[in-house]
Amino acid sequence: MNRSLLPYILVAQRLGIALLTLIIVSFAVFFATALLPGDVAEILLGQAATPDAVAGLRDAMGLNEPALSRFVHWLLGLAQGDMGTSYVNNMEVAELVGGRLLNSLRLAGVVTLVSVPVALTLGICAAMWQGSMFDRAVSVLTISVVSVPEFMVATLAVLIFAVWLGWLPALSYGVDLDSWSAMLRAYAMPVISLSMVVSAQMIRMTRAAVIETINTPYVEMALLKGASLSRMVLRHALPNALGPIANAVALSLSYLVGGVIIVETIFNYPGVAKLMVDAVSTRDLPLIQSCAMIFCVSYLSLITLADLIAILSNPRLR
Amino acid sequence: MTVSASSTTAEETDAPEGPKFVFNWVGRIGLSVIVFWAIVAIFGPALAPHPPGEIVDWDYFGPVTSEFWMGTDYLGRDIFSRIIMGARYTVGIALAAVTLACTIGVLLGMVAAVAGGWFDMILSRFLDAYNGIPSLLFGLVVVAAVGSSIPVLVLTLTAIYMPGSYRFARALAVNINTMDFVTVARARGEATPYLILREIFPNILGPVLADLGLRFVFIVLVLSGLSFLGLGVQPPNADWGALVRENIEGLSLGAPAVLFPSVAIASLTISVNMFIDNLPTRIRDRSE
Repeated sequence: MNRSLLPYILVAQRLGIALLTLIIVSFAVFFATALLPGDVAEILLGQAATPDAVAGLRDAMGLNEPALSRFVHWLLGLAQGDMGTSYVNNMEVAELVGGRLLNSLRLAGVVTLVSVPVALTLGICAAMWQGSMFDRAVSVLTISVVSVPEFMVATLAVLIFAVWLGWLPALSYGVDLDSWSAMLRAYAMPVISLSMVVSAQMIRMTRAAVIETINTPYVEMALLKGASLSRMVLRHALPNALGPIANAVALSLSYLVGGVIIVETIFNYPGVAKLMVDAVSTRDLPLIQSCAMIFCVSYLSLITLADLIAILSNPRLR
Repeated sequence: MTVSASSTTAEETDAPEGPKFVFNWVGRIGLSVIVFWAIVAIFGPALAPHPPGEIVDWDYFGPVTSEFWMGTDYLGRDIFSRIIMGARYTVGIALAAVTLACTIGVLLGMVAAVAGGWFDMILSRFLDAYNGIPSLLFGLVVVAAVGSSIPVLVLTLTAIYMPGSYRFARALAVNINTMDFVTVARARGEATPYLILREIFPNILGPVLADLGLRFVFIVLVLSGLSFLGLGVQPPNADWGALVRENIEGLSLGAPAVLFPSVAIASLTISVNMFIDNLPTRIRDRSE
């Protein structure tokens, strides 16, 4: 009885940690952006910053309240979907972010659909023929992709597919998305670059997970009783490696968060990351805070998901 | 009492004949590229054929010629010289950040492992929570708040990678902490600083150095990423990431100006990885 409850206790514990992390992260984001730099009211007023005007604006914006109460206020607003107002063009942040978020999610979704099947196939095959030429080629390729910056993968993709082969437009978005082929062409480059970054990590982790199960005694037993290589891997090893593999997939997808920032910038893709990088250059704090929170929440949910899968898929805890 | 511990390590290193540590050829290639960039970073100004900030060619995005070995950039500056100077920023900032991050992380990790109790508990939880922030995003937010300068970059990168180093060192130190020679030293009445520096640190040094190498690669990647977004090293100075950013317009022309800085980054990060992967297992897994 007690034992059967164990996974639920671990899950609850993990969720608790995630919640705690979220609070600490939002604390960090708020204080890094809101407290460190000079006076926001002065920046906003620019030329017209007379002492009276600054004091008035500070009062109107609630900047005179204690920092902690502003933080709580901000967090409560955020929880209700109120992201505040942009400093730069006075628009609701929620309105600015909404459409962009959809674009980013679409990009991330397509990348996931492309990279997961490819990465799992390559990873499992590499593990199956461990030490072969194929395995070594995959290893070298994935290590190279993992150890160079994301923008370099994107740059190389442009160089190969757009400049040398001339198949795709180099830096394009929003030209005309009426036809399917135009849309496909516009999406192709960001998707290719991001998929390469994400799947390299996924292939490595999948391969490691499968190899670990292949080295267990029960899989060796399957081989000894005469099962073929593919039967040994697919029927005996793979079902037991599913947990670690799902964990690897979720963890690798968290690389999307960093990758998307670079790729959206390089390809001028109108997503949240591009919005945030632009907001950084105009020092639009409410916008930066909201975008940062969106990224932190997605990152945190992915790594929490990875941990939950690892806990729930472990039969020893059931 | 420590004699027993130190004499076993002494036996191990004396036992094999010939060179102490044998690197295979992949590791040697990695090491030589690392040494090459270190030399370039140190003697940079003496090696550059042209002044890195000066416009020397009327043509922009010039091709590779005998005078400009790697072409010219968007203003007609010599890319070869700019890469040599960029090595100073990339290697220098990354090295400073990784040294700081690992020193603080390893020290805290060892203290947490030896002290245990609430200190360990609170610090570990707090730094775990810290890990919930994606690294590039953390850099973006800090730079947005404080502005970009080299000390800010070093401290930001340190802050990003210190928790990982802490976690790694703590896990190793916890294992060593349960061993007999540490228990004996503790029974002898040695204080915590002695335990950390004389008993634990020498035994986790190898893996910690390997970890430092990998962390160096991550830092180079994040630094280049930040510079690529225009938030790292500011013009007229440029590290390798900033060089790629400056010349990204030349990409559709296939200009060498955008290619070579990328190659420089890749050569450094890949060779550090190659070197670490092929370290003799005796150094890497010394605690096992």
